[in-house]
Amino acid sequence: MIGLVMFSFVVALAVFAWWIAPNDPNRTAIRMRFRPPQLDRVLLLGTDNLGRNMLSRIVHGAQLSLLIGLGVVLLNSVFGVLLGAVAGYFRKLDGPMMRLADALMAFPSILLAIGIAAALGPSAWTAVIALSVVYIPRTARIVRASVLVVREMEFVQAARASGAGHWRIISRHIMPNCMAPLIVQLSFIFAYAVLSEAVLSFLGLGAPPSIPSWGTMISEGRTYIREASWLTIVPGCAIALTVLGLNLMGDGLRDVLDPRLKIEQG
Amino acid sequence: MSATSPAPLLRVENLTKHFPITAGFFVKREVGRVRAVDDVSFHIAQGETLGLVGESGCGKSTTGRLVLRLIEPTSGKVEIEGRDILSSTPAEMRELRKGMQIVFQDPYSSLNPRMTVEEIILEPLYVQGARPGPEMTRRARKLLETVGLSPNHVVRYPHEFSGGQRQRIGIARALAPQPRFVVCDEAVSALDVSVQAQIVNLLQDLQEEFRLSYLFIAHDLAVVKHISDRVAVMYLGKIVEQADKASLYASPRHPYTQALLASIPVPNPRLRRPRARLTGDVPSAMAPPAGCRFNTRCPHATDLCRTVEPPAIEAAPGHVVACHHVASIPAVSPLAPQR
Repeated sequence: MIGLVMFSFVVALAVFAWWIAPNDPNRTAIRMRFRPPQLDRVLLLGTDNLGRNMLSRIVHGAQLSLLIGLGVVLLNSVFGVLLGAVAGYFRKLDGPMMRLADALMAFPSILLAIGIAAALGPSAWTAVIALSVVYIPRTARIVRASVLVVREMEFVQAARASGAGHWRIISRHIMPNCMAPLIVQLSFIFAYAVLSEAVLSFLGLGAPPSIPSWGTMISEGRTYIREASWLTIVPGCAIALTVLGLNLMGDGLRDVLDPRLKIEQG
Repeated sequence: MSATSPAPLLRVENLTKHFPITAGFFVKREVGRVRAVDDVSFHIAQGETLGLVGESGCGKSTTGRLVLRLIEPTSGKVEIEGRDILSSTPAEMRELRKGMQIVFQDPYSSLNPRMTVEEIILEPLYVQGARPGPEMTRRARKLLETVGLSPNHVVRYPHEFSGGQRQRIGIARALAPQPRFVVCDEAVSALDVSVQAQIVNLLQDLQEEFRLSYLFIAHDLAVVKHISDRVAVMYLGKIVEQADKASLYASPRHPYTQALLASIPVPNPRLRRPRARLTGDVPSAMAPPAGCRFNTRCPHATDLCRTVEPPAIEAAPGHVVACHHVASIPAVSPLAPQR
């Protein structure tokens, strides 16, 4: 519940960014450099080394983080689910597909993401693609595991006995009964994606500097970490809040959608 | 009633299913095979019930699924109304599936928990190309009434029902495409005794109403005796004895059938019966014993039984037994009262 509140707060920031932000996140004001956070409508979170408004940059950064997270989750729920369902249902394809997934999962995830992002060139889309490639095997794994359980149930046999085709069996009978672990997994992937996006941006492999990003903000602020620590602390807190919120939400979802409880109540 | 009836609705000949056991990482090689069903033949006439009994793991459920082509057989022939289902194309198969349905053992896993009762019951019709509409809802309500449930239950989900009610839903689903042949795969085994009786009676009423033929798979000999016209006894993937009900229960010829019947409890504490108790375990279907498969546990086994597989002999009209010693083993039912 707390997780949901925290995450909703971040979503609200991103959605209403244009109303919340006191001014353009990219407008520089040299005379206003390094203003520390204070109780003021405009200077609530201070300004950075170029005099840009931190509050504006944070709320616009939330947009980017959430959009990238959403993109990764969408790609995962399409390709991860598709590949997992195919691997779990068509047993002949299972071995080759899962070995490929193993190979991708053998890389440290952030290293693989950095590699792909570097190869494709830095942009927000690159980050989405790189992070999707990293997380799709994990989603596929989870989906495959549930499909393996559900495909052996008698109602699947019953559908086959009625003459239902593979597509109907997968979409009508198997997938609806695999949703609970998938939804939980996707909420965690969202959290990892937000975190990893920050890492990529920090390393200069994410969105270009013209788009405010939490990772970029930390990266730029770290030069002044002694003199103006809020330049790194504020975006750091934003990342922490979002990721913690998503993880708590995932835990909550897991409790609500626990597969063991599900099977008992039908 | 069986041997003399005209063209049977279902004819199964030399049906065999071997599940390969494979090993190896890159190249799968076969290291053995489970002979789940081995050279099984039987037939079922229109409106007739064939009971298929045997211990757990003897291949009776596999047989049921092979007959419906839910599993591809290794070899053999299955004909329904003269049409060979094993050589049918997927399109022909879909058409044929209207005529043959299955009722499952577990009323909890046989209904999709995410579908309403209406969706579940009408699934076979939708698969056959029907479109949802008020006419279909009416059909679902009618089917629910047929199986003794309230028509208003169409909008409910399976978890709102008890085991017996769920089994009725499963039966309604099987009836939806108006089949002539239904496999009841341990359809009452998971239910309470009182509910069992209700479901068995329902199955019999439906049989009368729609002239259905059943392949009734069970391990409960009392239930099979109640519902079947003829009974086939399976042991380790083979049918060892097949006869009409009266003949099988009154004068079982195969030692395995005799032992099975002896294990039925009789509600009479003073009754003393000759015990034909089975000792030992069922041998593995991966390495069935040579000769007669029952020889490791058979009290009458001889060297002949350990080397030569017994052929199926018609010991009496319509009474087929696969035993070398049919002639010498007394056909005494352990069920017959003896003082």
